[in-house]
Amino acid sequence: MNEIQITGGLLLAGILFTLGLVGVLIRRNIIFMLVCVEIMLNAAGLAFIVAGSKWAQPDGQVMFIFILTMAAAEVSVGLALILQIHHQLKTLDGDAANTMKG
Amino acid sequence: MQTTFYIAGAVAILSTIMVITRFNIIHALLYLVVSFMALSVVFFILGAPFAAALEIIIYAGAIVVLIIFVIMMLNLKAEAIEQEKKWLTPEVYVGPGVLSIILLAELIYIISMGDPGAPSKVIDVKDVGKSLYGEYILGVELSGMLLMAGIIGAYHLGRQKKKVVHRFLEKIEE
Repeated sequence: MNEIQITGGLLLAGILFTLGLVGVLIRRNIIFMLVCVEIMLNAAGLAFIVAGSKWAQPDGQVMFIFILTMAAAEVSVGLALILQIHHQLKTLDGDAANTMKG
Repeated sequence: MQTTFYIAGAVAILSTIMVITRFNIIHALLYLVVSFMALSVVFFILGAPFAAALEIIIYAGAIVVLIIFVIMMLNLKAEAIEQEKKWLTPEVYVGPGVLSIILLAELIYIISMGDPGAPSKVIDVKDVGKSLYGEYILGVELSGMLLMAGIIGAYHLGRQKKKVVHRFLEKIEE
């Protein structure tokens, strides 16, 4: 029973990661791209939890906590960048920010 | 237990698909919260109750609320949804979607080939805490520094230009 759950958990992590990747690739709105990066990080965390559950070790959850910390720092900096892009360029189009100056 | 696992996984996948296909950002974020909660159920079934609680508190609580605050600050109107509809046309998503699905099929094949071994047990908060503040103490300190850098970076990047001395003397732009 547990073996099926571990295979299923890894498959779920793979599917969610792919969905996040597709989202980053197809959307042009930078807020949606940030949200899809969050989905990918969450799927990576799920893979760590599944691995920790397989070997009955707490290391998987420790790595999940580190991923959570990283995601929080990343989303705060990313949202500040989005605010600046919206302020400077008056759009949320990711392609509009193709020149980097000040 | 088995059935709950599959139902929660299906809910997570469906709501994530809804997240990447919505035009309205707020609708997408509501589906994102549903997806995180379904994943929290999955964590609970896998024997990680502490991670399930953290998933709801930090992801569904803090991060999504932060994104909603920024959307409120941006003050997007109905034209933003129309523009989003124009941006998301089939010729944009067919190519990357097909290529990613090929990679996913390979991943599923590789995972279903292998044999998962030892049985799992519940890992509670005590084990995680002992490990976190024992062997991983360096990682905890590093993530503290990372959060500090995140705060300073967000403040520095999010700062607006300094306003002029008086609001009546302020130059009107555009």
